[in-house]
Amino acid sequence: MLDVTADPVRRPPPARKIAAWAGVAPFFLFAAMFLIVPTFSLMVGAFQNRDGEFTFDNILRLTQPSILHSYALSLEVSAASAFFGALIGFALAAAVIFGGLPRWMRPVLMTFSGVASNFAGVPLAFAFVATLGRMGLVTLLLRNVFDFNLYTSGFNLFTFTGLTLTYLYFQIPLMALVIAPALDGMKQEWREAAEILGASRWQYWRYIAWPILGPSCFGASLLLFANAFGAIATAYSLTGPSLNIVPILLFAQIRGDVLHDPNLGFALAFGMLLITGVSNFAYLALRARSEKWMR
Amino acid sequence: MNGRLIASWSVVALCGIYFLAPLIATFEFSLRLLRGHYSFEAYRLVFASGDFQSAFLFSAIIGVVTIIVGALIVTPTAYWVQLRLPALRGIVEYITLLPLVVPAIVLVFGYIKLYGSNSILPLTATPFGSDILLMLGYVALGLPYLYRAIDAGMRSIDVKTLSEAAQIQGAGFPTILFRIIIPNIRSSILSGAFLTFAIVIGEFTLASLLDRPAFGPYLQLVGASRAYEPAALAVVAFLITWGCMGIIQWLGNSGSNFSAKR
Repeated sequence: MLDVTADPVRRPPPARKIAAWAGVAPFFLFAAMFLIVPTFSLMVGAFQNRDGEFTFDNILRLTQPSILHSYALSLEVSAASAFFGALIGFALAAAVIFGGLPRWMRPVLMTFSGVASNFAGVPLAFAFVATLGRMGLVTLLLRNVFDFNLYTSGFNLFTFTGLTLTYLYFQIPLMALVIAPALDGMKQEWREAAEILGASRWQYWRYIAWPILGPSCFGASLLLFANAFGAIATAYSLTGPSLNIVPILLFAQIRGDVLHDPNLGFALAFGMLLITGVSNFAYLALRARSEKWMR
Repeated sequence: MNGRLIASWSVVALCGIYFLAPLIATFEFSLRLLRGHYSFEAYRLVFASGDFQSAFLFSAIIGVVTIIVGALIVTPTAYWVQLRLPALRGIVEYITLLPLVVPAIVLVFGYIKLYGSNSILPLTATPFGSDILLMLGYVALGLPYLYRAIDAGMRSIDVKTLSEAAQIQGAGFPTILFRIIIPNIRSSILSGAFLTFAIVIGEFTLASLLDRPAFGPYLQLVGASRAYEPAALAVVAFLITWGCMGIIQWLGNSGSNFSAKR
């Protein structure tokens, strides 16, 4: 690692320091204008009335039943897709890393996960309509070959279950990508040491692996949660405005002021920001905590 | 075969079915346009449509401009942070993670509030201004990926020696950046660039709310009005994502970076 500042004799003269600051200035200007100020301006707007005076009224009005319902639905979809995504993604990564499978499976899984975790949005919705929609391949196969009608059994792609199932397509690979380094960090010696001391496999997982992997898993679940909470394109394309999750409500508000109050819209965005912000920061904190085991 | 191996194979097999079924189904669906037999008619209709061509071209151009502007903002920053301003590393990394924290829909709402037609800088008032705003929004969305890729490249070369050698020969900062640093971290910049492209090409939220004629809103429109074309478009979109990821993998393996290890 090179360290330029540590050497007092060769410390750069002020003129060169100015050049360096000039070099990073566009970045900070960009970040201020197109990341920080727009976000901050919404947060301020959430606490102002139409005349620009300070108020808590917008935040309080988020508790009206239709908005609360949206938040509840969003939280449920995000929690369900994060929970199952984390569980299955962990199992998949563990199977490929510890499971004794052929070595070539790992790069295949990682490359595929890179693609699938980026394959979100409108095309993903199309793919699931072609699979599990009323005329989808799997729906038809189940009906014609197994004589099982998915849609009379209560399943519908354009509902909570369908949306969660669709979200898992990018949640599972994201979990596999995020958790793989933590699984790699589990040293062979720890298992061997535990076995020599007479620990069963269950004891190894319960008392050694879980305390180390637990925070990583929990952190990654929070990342998945925030990821699902902010997503809109997949849901909008799949269900249209019928499934009123918060991002879809906010989309409608930006399009046509459906709440009939711009400041209530700002409060809605502030609520989203609060939820994704808290989960992301908790994820980063937990990741920092578990990284101390991976040196 | 022991229990662990059976469990592993079962997990992989079940996941394999879950991940492959939609791909197979989408492809099969896209061939169903003509009744009674499979054909590529849906693809022909899609590719022949002027709306497809103009939307795709628009997004591709925005994508390329996004990459150039993003690289021009990020590369000098990563360079100076590495060379002279290491104290800024923490704050710069923190800022580049912000687009993962702030959902795209919240970010664009902020843009519309701040750069709307009756603000100081009314970017959304003209189509060209909106294009610029969309492009800058995409720079923001790509920032986490582009910064990480370029920073990793910058750490893998000996920035200090290369810069000093160039300076002794009389090179100024632009020469160092464009003729020494960028060629040496080319593969890192390109892998960040292709990831950015994969994100930008089908992006829906920003393009739709800024009312731009991009590929994402076009996909959504076709999805709402057609039956088989959307499946064909999903296959095309998936192939583009695969293409970008494939190139990133290949760039990662070819590793043409000038190594700092001696």
